[in-house]
Amino acid sequence: MTRDELKKIGEAEQERIRKYRHQVHVCMASGCHALRSDKVRTGLQAEAKKQGREGEVLVKRVGCLGLCSRGPLVLEDQSRIHTGVAPEEAGTLLRSLGEPEAAGGEPLPLDHPFFKGQRKIVMEHSGAIDPERIEEYIAVGGYEQMLAAIIDMAPEAVIDQVTRSGLRGRGGAGYPTGLKWSTVAKAGGGDKYVICNADEGDPGAFMDRSVMESTPHQLIEGMIIAGYAVGANHGVIYVRAEYPLAIARLEKAIGQAEKMGLLGRNIGATRFSFDLQLRYGAGAFVTGEETALIASVEGRRGTPRSRPPYPAERGLWGRPTLINNVETLANVVPILKNGGDWYAGIGAEKSRGTKVFALVGRVNNVGLIEVPLGITLREIIEGPGGGIPGGRKFKAVQTGGPSGGCIPEASLDLPVDYESLVQAGSIMGSGGMIVMDETSCMVDVAKYFMQFCMSESCGKCIPCRVGTVQMHHLLEKMTTGSATGRDLEMLEELCDLARHASLCGLGQSAPNPVLSTLRYFRDEYLAHIDEKRCPAGVCTMGAGG
Amino acid sequence: MTEMGHGRLTEEERREIAAEIAGSEYPRAAASDALKIVQRHRGWVGGEIVEVAAMLGMAPAELESVATWYSLIFREPVGRHVILICDSVSCWITGYRALLDHLTGRLGIGLGGTTADARFTLLPVACLGACEQAPAMMVDEDLHGDLTPEKIDAILEQYP
Ligand SMILES: Cc1cc2nc3c(=O)[nH]c(=O)nc-3n(C[C@H](O)[C@H](O)[C@H](O)COP(=O)(O)O)c2cc1C
Ligand code: FES
Repeated sequence: MTRDELKKIGEAEQERIRKYRHQVHVCMASGCHALRSDKVRTGLQAEAKKQGREGEVLVKRVGCLGLCSRGPLVLEDQSRIHTGVAPEEAGTLLRSLGEPEAAGGEPLPLDHPFFKGQRKIVMEHSGAIDPERIEEYIAVGGYEQMLAAIIDMAPEAVIDQVTRSGLRGRGGAGYPTGLKWSTVAKAGGGDKYVICNADEGDPGAFMDRSVMESTPHQLIEGMIIAGYAVGANHGVIYVRAEYPLAIARLEKAIGQAEKMGLLGRNIGATRFSFDLQLRYGAGAFVTGEETALIASVEGRRGTPRSRPPYPAERGLWGRPTLINNVETLANVVPILKNGGDWYAGIGAEKSRGTKVFALVGRVNNVGLIEVPLGITLREIIEGPGGGIPGGRKFKAVQTGGPSGGCIPEASLDLPVDYESLVQAGSIMGSGGMIVMDETSCMVDVAKYFMQFCMSESCGKCIPCRVGTVQMHHLLEKMTTGSATGRDLEMLEELCDLARHASLCGLGQSAPNPVLSTLRYFRDEYLAHIDEKRCPAGVCTMGAGG
Repeated sequence: MTEMGHGRLTEEERREIAAEIAGSEYPRAAASDALKIVQRHRGWVGGEIVEVAAMLGMAPAELESVATWYSLIFREPVGRHVILICDSVSCWITGYRALLDHLTGRLGIGLGGTTADARFTLLPVACLGACEQAPAMMVDEDLHGDLTPEKIDAILEQYP
């Protein structure tokens, strides 16, 4: 495939779409899919036919539109979104297209607060193109950056753009992406690998799932560029088996790209070749840790090993390996398109660009949002989040999954960047943001995360395996009203031990949810211990409760 | 419970596994895919694991340790439909426990159990990435969200 051929495909597709007066986008990502948006789509198609408007109305499958909790979602002509659409409403919805008075579902204007505070880079095309048609991705400029990079740019120049962008890994640790790429690029010759970490294990997070379901080609293009930059010819996407729709879309996308010669041997008639394979995780959280993931791809038990050596030096099959998260790789194409300096101009001082968050729990608008880093937690929760439902009081927001912590009301004006979140006792993590109100008990939440770490501990190192069981036991005592002050002291000691003596990030960070809730909500712990009382009314405190 | 040495791979399974191996750089890289192929055909992975290990050039015990590592590779018979109920944080704070009680009551089995008529197996799963519809569960490959006890009853009807 040459650049001219690519351009022609894109133009033909734009031409095809231009013919329609109205475009009706039906979200077919997991969230809306589970609410049977496929029926809404077929309903709209059948109705368009019945009304004799097939040539005028394009009904199309698109990826995530963000407001997942109000699905099925239908976007009308980039002007308004119909929420909660029922298949029976297809006829009325179509008749109201372009009319001042919208009908079908509950219509929301696109300047609704949920959409307004967002800045879409990773999700720019999410909800705009059909994830199952490569032509639509090409029509919005897809694969142009990849061809431009491998034809016109030296690998170092590609890495330079990524370095300038200030992009940091979105998988949790926030390691500078440009630095990681140049380390792999410099590591010896011979075979190298690029692995995309799509194991998304953090409870409360589904950003990566959405990217794969909505714009799989953007991820694939980013991976090819990464391969070219670091000198790797093989790529692996390691995706959770619990994401069947994402898997199906990736399989389809890889097949399409191969068929067009955008993936495989001598891409763009250059000497660069890159192949891509899918590997599936099978439901183990710790396998998302990079050394464990590599072990799993090699057909071994997916447990972590100690680093160094880092995968950049010795990774898959002992070869230098670049491992990046889905969202990290999905940022690559926009960065090359607009330049690293452009990206660095968005966001905060040490946390450049945007981040996708899964906003869930006790907020009015539950869904996926993409915002510039440096925005405050309050701006997120009160802006796109739409505040707390039912007039209840905000209590805490949990970020960073089981390695993160709970941030209280008093810290809501904290800017969301890697360093500030750590200072507040949490982490950025992969992007889960769980909002809790006064009906959530913080000791119970800490117990939940400890139970998660306990059951996901791989058992290889003792501080993590035994420590999490012991800590969970103590929390269990607290939530059932049988704990003493000594138990609290012991809990704090165990936190310290697990943090310093565990082998991998799972055990090292397992105490975080406990430590952060102790830091901000110690009085709740004390109520459980001294008064045998759960202020939120969640825990059943012993026989009397 | 393992039936070492019992099951034999069918021709079709062998063919699929061989294709998977051929597409991999090293045979053992196809380990989890091979196990999945067997599971897709039989619902679970039994004694066939010995033959699969041979195809992958691995010791049976080694493949066994890979298989048991993954919570979604089943080494014991499961029901015709597998219910994965999410016990992660969003579901936890939106009523997971009440749903679990309802499910276990209705099916008459606990977590990890299979109904006597071999229709359902009930397993816990970490976040399904469906938090916006918490509480959620997956039956086979279908995601179901915003669950209530009544909705669960209706959903179960769809899986004979
Ligand atoms: C216990 C544990 C689980 C992890 N799970 C994931 C995961 O599901 N997805 C992910 O991208 N990174 C995960 N990571 C981080 C990876 O080890 C690694 O840092 C990341 O894939 C690097 O990509 P990035 O630099 O693009 O963020 C996990 C780390 C630990 C310690
Ligand atoms: S916590 Fe249950 S789907 Fe995410």
